Amino acid sequence: MTERMDQIFVLLRQWLVGFLPEAWQAAAGVVLSVAAIVCLFPALFALTTVFERKGLARIQNRIGPNRVGPFGFFQPVADGIKSLTKEDIVPISADGVVHFLAPVVLVVAVFMGFAVLPMGRNMVLVDADAGLLFFFAVGASTELSVFMAGWSSRNKYSLLGAMRAVAQMISYEVPLLLSSVAVVMIAGSLSLTKIVEAQNHYTWGLPHWYIFTPWGLAGFLMFAIAATSETNRSPFDLPEGESELVAGYHTEYSGFKFALFFLGEYLAMFSISGLGTTLFLGGWSAPFSWLGWVPSWIWFFSKVMLSIFVFIWLRGTLPRLRQDQLMNFAWKFVLPLTLTNLMAAAAWRFLGDGWERWVVCSAVLALAYAGLGWAEMRRGHFGPRSYRYAE
Amino acid sequence: MSFVFYILAAITVAGALAAVTLKNTVHCALALTVAFAGLALLFLELDAQFAGFAQILVYIGAVAILVVFAILLTKGSETPKDGVYSRHWFSGLVIAAGAFAVLGWAVIKSGGAVPRGPDGTPTVTVLDIGNALMSRYVLPLEIVALLLTAAMIGAVLVAMHEKEEKK
Repeated sequence: MTERMDQIFVLLRQWLVGFLPEAWQAAAGVVLSVAAIVCLFPALFALTTVFERKGLARIQNRIGPNRVGPFGFFQPVADGIKSLTKEDIVPISADGVVHFLAPVVLVVAVFMGFAVLPMGRNMVLVDADAGLLFFFAVGASTELSVFMAGWSSRNKYSLLGAMRAVAQMISYEVPLLLSSVAVVMIAGSLSLTKIVEAQNHYTWGLPHWYIFTPWGLAGFLMFAIAATSETNRSPFDLPEGESELVAGYHTEYSGFKFALFFLGEYLAMFSISGLGTTLFLGGWSAPFSWLGWVPSWIWFFSKVMLSIFVFIWLRGTLPRLRQDQLMNFAWKFVLPLTLTNLMAAAAWRFLGDGWERWVVCSAVLALAYAGLGWAEMRRGHFGPRSYRYAE
Repeated sequence: MSFVFYILAAITVAGALAAVTLKNTVHCALALTVAFAGLALLFLELDAQFAGFAQILVYIGAVAILVVFAILLTKGSETPKDGVYSRHWFSGLVIAAGAFAVLGWAVIKSGGAVPRGPDGTPTVTVLDIGNALMSRYVLPLEIVALLLTAAMIGAVLVAMHEKEEKK
């Protein structure tokens, strides 16, 4: 029974595909999986918007949306109808084709990232040999769509927002990639299913997730920082800082095109959370060995939703960074720490199974953290802003 | 030559042609990105996963962004009315043909360097590529790394020079 619940979606697909002739079955299976991904994550997006507005309202001592449906839970339906029926305004000087293509490219690129995420045991669309590389490759192509949106609008706020977004995404992509490389070094594979399997072992009922190692904890924290920045979420939401840039690169988008940008942002959040879950939190494996009877996909989605909760929490709690602080933080603090973390992971790999590697790795990382922080504070890089181009 | 190949080839060639014929420089850069994407898909169609993904990551994720940044930070995307065609197109053609000939020669010569499966197609996994880069090709890899570091230091020096002049 537990086996069947675990594999329920795989079995369901087999059963549905069974009605078709032999020659079509492989193609139909892929189409079904893609349809499931394309339906499921926008539905999760709709739920998350309510969840987020409610959560932010709770943090700010408000009530939040409570008019549409029970407890305001049908708010996304109303929002969806609104954005579908709104007039689609394109500025007269805008570059029509590029302006239209930008949100489409963004959503397509973000959806492709889900193809390699293992969402449960045997639940992965493409078990690619280089799945991690694929994820980062399609993730990198979202930058181009942001640039297209900002440039084609012919609006200074849009262009400034796009330039900020692209600069930020490039800067934080380096620590994002390097913190994942540590996992690849230990797991010895770029395939996300193999990385999950490498973590799916238990000692005394406790899992061997990478977050429970010194380099894994450090790597996960840096991954989370870089992921928050990659998805343009608060406190790294400068590209759409409403007090200075109206709405950044999507200022000139209205109606459903704006909804697509909104969808793209949340889908990127889901996919980067899914990747973080897969790399550091054991993917679909259970947190205790005696909970192994719970279906694997429940664990995956619980971990993803937990990450989303942390995203919302951070958004309600932290103030926005300044542009110079953002760049200094990426290049002078997070990047050196990820490089140290790579060394720590290598030491972990070659120091054997004893207790020494725990001491060595922890000491190296703690020293690097304290030393970098102290040096940076002393040099005053986190102090008052120095105006370089706007004197 | 399958049906998919013809579609991808058409996309790639169309993107490359648009990149050299369009008037607006940013449009050219975006069309060039289409050509990059077509090339990456061609690699994937040939079952060369690593080459395909690396093509997307490096060319679409980094080079295309660099190109548009360079365009925006230097002259702006407005192009002169009399066109952007260079008068030295013939020498460009010769250089391109020469580079293509060298690459083609290298590819044809390298036929025996990769392990092949029973049906004659090369079977190279990402693991093999990693092992080769870290053992047989470690010297070229290090030279490339040194070159990139030098280029980066050069870029930083250029940027710092500007700051010193201001003072």
